[in-house]
Amino acid sequence: MKALGKILGGKAGAMDLLVIAAIIFVVFPLGLDIFRLNLVGKYLTFAYCAVGLVMLWGYGGILSLGQGVFFGIGGYCMAMFLKLEASDPVSTAHQTTPGIPDFMDWNQVTHLPAFWEPFHSFAFTLLAIVVIPAVVAYIIGVSMFKRRVSGVYFSIITQAIAAIVTILVVGQQGFTGGINGITDLKTLHGWNINTDSAKYVLYFVNGALLLLSIVLSKLVLSTKLGRLLLALRDKEDRVRFSGYDVANFKVFVFSLAAVISAIGGAMFTLQVGFMSPSIIGIVPSIEMVIFAAIGGRMSLVGAIYGALLVNYGKTAFSESFPTLWLFFMGLLFIGVVMVFPEGLSGLYKVHLEPKLRQLLTKARRKPASSKPSIENAGA
Amino acid sequence: MSNKIALSIEGLTVSFDGFKAVDDLNLYVEENELRVIIGPNGAGKTTVLDLICGKTKATSGSIEFKGIELTRLPEYKLVQLGVGRKFQTPSIYENLTVLENLEISYPEGRSVLGSLMFRRTAEVEQKIIDTARMIFLEEHLNTQSGLLSHGQKQWLEIGMLLIQDPALLMLDEPVAGMSVVEREKTAELLNKIAKGRSLIVIEHDMEFVKRIAHKVTVLHQGKLLAEGSMESVQSNPKVVEVYLGH
Repeated sequence: MKALGKILGGKAGAMDLLVIAAIIFVVFPLGLDIFRLNLVGKYLTFAYCAVGLVMLWGYGGILSLGQGVFFGIGGYCMAMFLKLEASDPVSTAHQTTPGIPDFMDWNQVTHLPAFWEPFHSFAFTLLAIVVIPAVVAYIIGVSMFKRRVSGVYFSIITQAIAAIVTILVVGQQGFTGGINGITDLKTLHGWNINTDSAKYVLYFVNGALLLLSIVLSKLVLSTKLGRLLLALRDKEDRVRFSGYDVANFKVFVFSLAAVISAIGGAMFTLQVGFMSPSIIGIVPSIEMVIFAAIGGRMSLVGAIYGALLVNYGKTAFSESFPTLWLFFMGLLFIGVVMVFPEGLSGLYKVHLEPKLRQLLTKARRKPASSKPSIENAGA
Repeated sequence: MSNKIALSIEGLTVSFDGFKAVDDLNLYVEENELRVIIGPNGAGKTTVLDLICGKTKATSGSIEFKGIELTRLPEYKLVQLGVGRKFQTPSIYENLTVLENLEISYPEGRSVLGSLMFRRTAEVEQKIIDTARMIFLEEHLNTQSGLLSHGQKQWLEIGMLLIQDPALLMLDEPVAGMSVVEREKTAELLNKIAKGRSLIVIEHDMEFVKRIAHKVTVLHQGKLLAEGSMESVQSNPKVVEVYLGH
C-alpha cells in the first residue's frame, strides 16, 4: 500500500488522480448528453498523446512533432479491423468485387491487399495497436539516437516523418482510403458501435485506459529509469560518462510514448467512427504538443486538462470564429512558453494549491475548536 | 620503474579542421600515481582528457588502458572498464537530490531493464552514505543538488565518480571556484582517493598542484613540453617562459 502511494506520487499525486477520475467517470457522464459526452471522449483520446509527450518531452527532454503518426497507426489498425467487418460479402454485394472495403472497389482494386488480411482477426488487431507503434518508434529511435540526433534536429525529422506518412496515406488511396480515410465503420464483433449505449461503454473504456496509461507512466517514473530521464534531459554527457548507453533510454521512452499515443488512436476510431489522414499529420501533431504544454509538460494529469481545455476551446471558438482560432491557439502556445512555462499544473501549484491548503487547515481547525465547547456543555 | 604502467598514450594526435589540438603526444601514467597536467590556455589539456574518455575521437595514435585499446570503444564501455571523468564545470543533475545523484552513478542497473528493476538495497544505501561522508556531503543527502554551493557541487561530482570505484580518475580543474578552506579539504580528499587508483588532474593553482602531484606534465600547443617532479618542472626554463613566468 505504501509502495503504491509512492508510485502515485504520495497523497497529492493520488488526490490529483482521484479528482480527474471523478471528473471523467462521474461529472461528465452525469452533466452531459451523449453527443457532448462522445465529444469529450474524442478529446480524451488526444490526451493519450499529451501523456506520452509529458514522458517524452517533459521528462526525457525529447520533443517529437510527429506523435500524430503513432496516433494514426493505432487508429488505422482499429479502423482496418472495423472496415473489414463492415465489408462482408452480403452488404457489399453491389460492388464489382464484393467482400472488400468500398474505397478499394472505387479505386479498381480487385482483391484485398496482403497487409490487410491479418486484420480480420481482432486479437491480431489489438496486438498490432501495441506492437506496430513500438517497432516503428524503435526503428526511428535507434536510427536517430544512436547517431546522436537530438534537440531541434530530432523535432524536425519527426515532423518530416509525419508529413511523409500523411502523403503516403493520401497517395495510396486504393489501400488506405486516401484523403477521406476509412469511414462507415459499423460493428465490432457484431456489436453496433454507433448506438448510444455503445458510446457510453466506449467512453468509460477510454477513460479507464487513459488513467491506466497514467498509472503505468507513474510506475516508470518511480523507478531509477524515471530519475535517469530527468538526468538525461539536464546533463546528457554526465549520464553517458557514468556508464549508460544513453540512446537505449531515449529509444525506450520514445517507444513508450508511441504505444500510449496509439492506444488513444484506436479509441478515437472506436468513438468517432472513422480515421483519416487529417488527424495524423503535422498540424495535429503540433496541437498535441500544445495540449501537453498547456497542461504543464511535467504533469501527467495536467496533460488531460490541457487536452480537454484546448479541444473544448477549439470546438466552442471555431464555431463562431473559424479563422481566428488558429491565431488564438498560436498565441496561447507562445503565452505558455513565455509566461507560464509549467502550464496549468504550474499555475495550480503556485497560486491555487497554497490557498486550498489554507482553506483546508482553516476548515479543520474549526471543528477542532468547537469540540471542547461541546464537551464542556456535556460536562 | 617501480610501478606498472596503467595508461599509455602513444603518438596521440587530434586535428580540428587542420588545427592540431593535440600533436603526437606520448604520456604514461602508472598505477597508484597522481599526475597533474598543467599548461597555458589552449595547450590541449582538456582535449587530452576528452580523448581518453572517448568524448573526442583521436585522429591517430593509441590510448591503452590495462592493455585494452580505448580509441575505438563507445563512452559507456570505457566507463565500465574503469575510466571516470569529471568535467570542468560541475556537471551534476541539479533537479535531483544528492542521494539520487549518487544513486544514478552507482554502477548497477545500467541497462533499460536493469534500471526499471533497480532497487535501493541496504548495500546500495550504505555505499551512498559512505561516499557522501567522504565528500563532506553526509548532511546534505536529501538536499536538491542545485542548491549546493559551487564547491559542494564539485565534490558531489567527484563523489559520483568515486562510487563507481574507477581505476583511472580524471579531474578537470577540481578546485576552480573553491574557497581556501574548500581547497584544503579537496587536496586532502584527492590524496586519500589516489590510493589504489591512478589520477590525472588538470589544475592551474600551483600551490594546490604542489600539495598533490606525484609528477607533473606540462603541455604547450598540444605537445609535451616537460615532465617530472614539481621542482624540476618549475626550474625548467622552457616552462618558465611559456607558462609560469607571467
